[in-house]
Amino acid sequence: MAMLEVSNLSVSFATPEGTVNAVNGISFSLEKGQTLGIVGESGSGKSQLAFAIMGLLARNGTARGSAKFNGVELVGAPLSVLNKVRANQIAMVFQDPMTSLNPYMRVSDQMAEVLTQHRGMGKDAAVAEAARMLDAVRIPEARARIRLFPHEFSGGMRQRVMIAMSLLCQPDLLIADEPTTALDVTVQAQIMALLRDLQRDFGMATLLITHDLGVIAGFCQDVIVMYGGKVMESAPVDPFFDSPCHPYSRGLLHSLPRVDQEDAALFSIPGSPPNMTRAPKGCPFQPRCSNALALCSDYLPPLTEFAPNRKRACNVPVEAL
Amino acid sequence: MTLIEAQDLSVTFTLRREGDMPWTPPRRLQAVKEVSFSLQPGETLGIVGESGSGKSTLARALIRMLPATGRVLWQGVDLLTLNPHQMLKHRAAIQMVFQDPLASLNPRMTVGQIIAEPLRTHFPHLPAAEVKARVQLSMDRVGLLPNQINRYPHEFSGGQCQRIGIARALIVEPKLLICDEPVSALDVSIQAQVINLLADLRRDLGLAMIFIAHDLSVVRHISDRVMVMYLGRVMEDAPKRILFKSPRHPYTEALLSAVPIPNPAAERAKKMIPLDGDLPSPMNPPSGCVFRTRCFRAAPKCAAEVPRLEAYDPKVACHFPNPVS
Amino acid sequence: MLSPIDISALALRLAKLDEVKGRSLWADARLRFMRNKAAVAGVILLLLCAGFAAFGQLISPYSYDYIDFNIMGHAAEMGAPSWAKGYYFGIDDQGRDLFARVAMGTRISLWVGVIGTAISVLAGTLYGAVSGYVGGRTDSLMMRLVDVLLSIPFMFVLILLLVMFGKSLTVLFMGIGFLSWPAMARIVRGQTLTLKSREFIEAAQATGVPALRIILRHIVPNLLGIVVVYATLLVPDIILTESFISFLGLGVQEPQTSLGELISEGAKTMRYGTLWQLAFPMGFFMATMFGFYFVGDGLRDALDPKDR
Repeated sequence: MAMLEVSNLSVSFATPEGTVNAVNGISFSLEKGQTLGIVGESGSGKSQLAFAIMGLLARNGTARGSAKFNGVELVGAPLSVLNKVRANQIAMVFQDPMTSLNPYMRVSDQMAEVLTQHRGMGKDAAVAEAARMLDAVRIPEARARIRLFPHEFSGGMRQRVMIAMSLLCQPDLLIADEPTTALDVTVQAQIMALLRDLQRDFGMATLLITHDLGVIAGFCQDVIVMYGGKVMESAPVDPFFDSPCHPYSRGLLHSLPRVDQEDAALFSIPGSPPNMTRAPKGCPFQPRCSNALALCSDYLPPLTEFAPNRKRACNVPVEAL
Repeated sequence: MTLIEAQDLSVTFTLRREGDMPWTPPRRLQAVKEVSFSLQPGETLGIVGESGSGKSTLARALIRMLPATGRVLWQGVDLLTLNPHQMLKHRAAIQMVFQDPLASLNPRMTVGQIIAEPLRTHFPHLPAAEVKARVQLSMDRVGLLPNQINRYPHEFSGGQCQRIGIARALIVEPKLLICDEPVSALDVSIQAQVINLLADLRRDLGLAMIFIAHDLSVVRHISDRVMVMYLGRVMEDAPKRILFKSPRHPYTEALLSAVPIPNPAAERAKKMIPLDGDLPSPMNPPSGCVFRTRCFRAAPKCAAEVPRLEAYDPKVACHFPNPVS
Repeated sequence: MLSPIDISALALRLAKLDEVKGRSLWADARLRFMRNKAAVAGVILLLLCAGFAAFGQLISPYSYDYIDFNIMGHAAEMGAPSWAKGYYFGIDDQGRDLFARVAMGTRISLWVGVIGTAISVLAGTLYGAVSGYVGGRTDSLMMRLVDVLLSIPFMFVLILLLVMFGKSLTVLFMGIGFLSWPAMARIVRGQTLTLKSREFIEAAQATGVPALRIILRHIVPNLLGIVVVYATLLVPDIILTESFISFLGLGVQEPQTSLGELISEGAKTMRYGTLWQLAFPMGFFMATMFGFYFVGDGLRDALDPKDR
């Protein structure tokens, strides 16, 4: 059995303008130690998917379907169950670390609190353990710096503190939601390298949510491409980047300029991402798709395996692309 | 003839901390230090650097939105010596496109009013009918439907808002377009649209461009030459083909190696040059070469002596640069 | 110089397209406001009060200064509200028709509130916007002046003014207006500072739009939301101040009156079994307050920038 088994998960939000269906029936699974990347643009529902798994949806949001972690159902689970899972088994890292760090508390106190609460450690032991963890995320002079307040760290260092804090209870799964989007490239490279090493050392599974295909290529084993709240394609990274098999993923890859090669013309997908208050009935990508068939506006086939480990949801046959 | 040339351009901010007494001397922060470059008509200069490199400050200093020292020669005229009235005449020729598409548009004005503003500022006597016609033409040129002229910014998507910003910049027929991170707030699929639009406009209108971005892939795609900045100083300034193929400055090398490549095989094959530590405080920059504290090639000379930017391409400011290949 | 334009090609394409009407943020806010039941109730309440203030005296058979000497002095026995006599709200202690007097009082109180607020909004918005936009030393200087004004005990000065210049409506209007604008200026300045760093202001500066136009076209329209909210909450504040002043007997001149004065008179005779003399003015006073607070809250929700 997979560690995380998500099946037919949907998320909708009640807003004054109507119901927004952010995620529409998504299924995937994640094995122990696996790294899975979820890529999508704004409005693709990738972040809401993570929030739904963690039970962190905004108050006007509802999740349906199922997300089982080590056999425990998380969708609709009572807070007591969620708290236990969130503390010890799943950790989350956000784009802006300041949203999850208390600006009025010293880093040492915040990190120690996690350990005293969930592990029942004594205060001194907890601080020592926290400093060890800051050391593990390569914060120089961790023992001295642990006494600082969050705003006294630079952006990259703050994200390291956040990662260290999420690893304190040695989770089985780390969900990282755009962890490097707010950071400079050189800092991003440091953080991704750090995550790679930690992943290897701690053996945890990682769900990396990002809009950056480059980061996925360098970090993940598998990738899921989301658009308009649905999965368009899922595959191991190597064949995916070699030959993407969905018009959207193909367009996305070709519209990326490359730093390592000269490219004459840049392909661009026309139109804009869909407005999710009026989600289209068939394939959400159909209005922007140059391969669209007549039936695409009414019907989107389910995600089906067309090659070993590779799935896609598209009416157009692979050979026709 | 050179379109715009900066000579030893410096920008210094004086900072007063909250609660400082009026007589305490303010602290000085040199955001841009002695930057020189030149740009030919129709050429595109990419400026890259991480946050705190001073690239946006430099752009604002060029059009005197910030006080600066040095010289900015616009077709031979030093902009920094002009009085506000004389400066206004040149403002139409240099227009700017901003980073945040929605925030750069006044939410209370219609698209038509927004795009017409530079026109009304520089040609106040133009009849209303002609203003409207020009606005519609400008909208058409950037791929917006001209019948949307009465709508408000919040009714458009991010990509469309950026097109509105570009239409506003183009309506006074500038010779130079300064783009400050024009695509970094956009979705990947929209980024390509806007980059292509800018490239087409540049070709059709013969525009020169200063393209500021932190994304090196985008800069590589659109620029003719690229200037790399670090802590307010120019590290390297070279034609694009040379800079990306054989970077001479260690910082450029490190920066290039950090850019993720959307190809797993290439990602595994590439050699990362990690940069240690954090950006030094701009209040208190390192002596000599400002990059030396994080440089893998630093030597005692680097702390003692400031490296000068070379005079000929590919220019580099380093005591131990890679040889020209 | 601009190049000549050829719009014939565009005109052909435009012919097929109708111009789309935009939906401004104000229209959005109006929609949100109309959905808010309490706010709409507040508006209706205020309209009723205003209508009563404007036309109440026409309905009443008696003028607000007519003294009925037959009843005077016997308010408790003969002056109770009565349809038959035409004293809908009864009479006051001097034998005057309370209905007409409450209409008068409501009118004066609303006027004081609205005019005082208008003065304070106009002065405060311009002062604050200029101070915030110009910044630097000018800003420090202008704001220190506001600090000085704010540190003057407002109520004492107003009372002193009224004592010095005599009880007059003009002094009351001006005094309240001029003394309440510094707070407005402060709020507006703070908001201007946040607006100033927005990119659309930078865009206007970059293209050379003159400072005054930037303030009037870019800053002020974007301030209006917060100004409107603050103003609707300032009106009841000023009415309250006026009532307090009137309660002290320094308000409007007899036989004119305001709600505060009527309440004060009603309170004096409370023990003699003429409770209506307190209840009617108090009722209108509270209705007006409620109205403004509901509308203010509704406007704040409708104009909340978080929703955008």
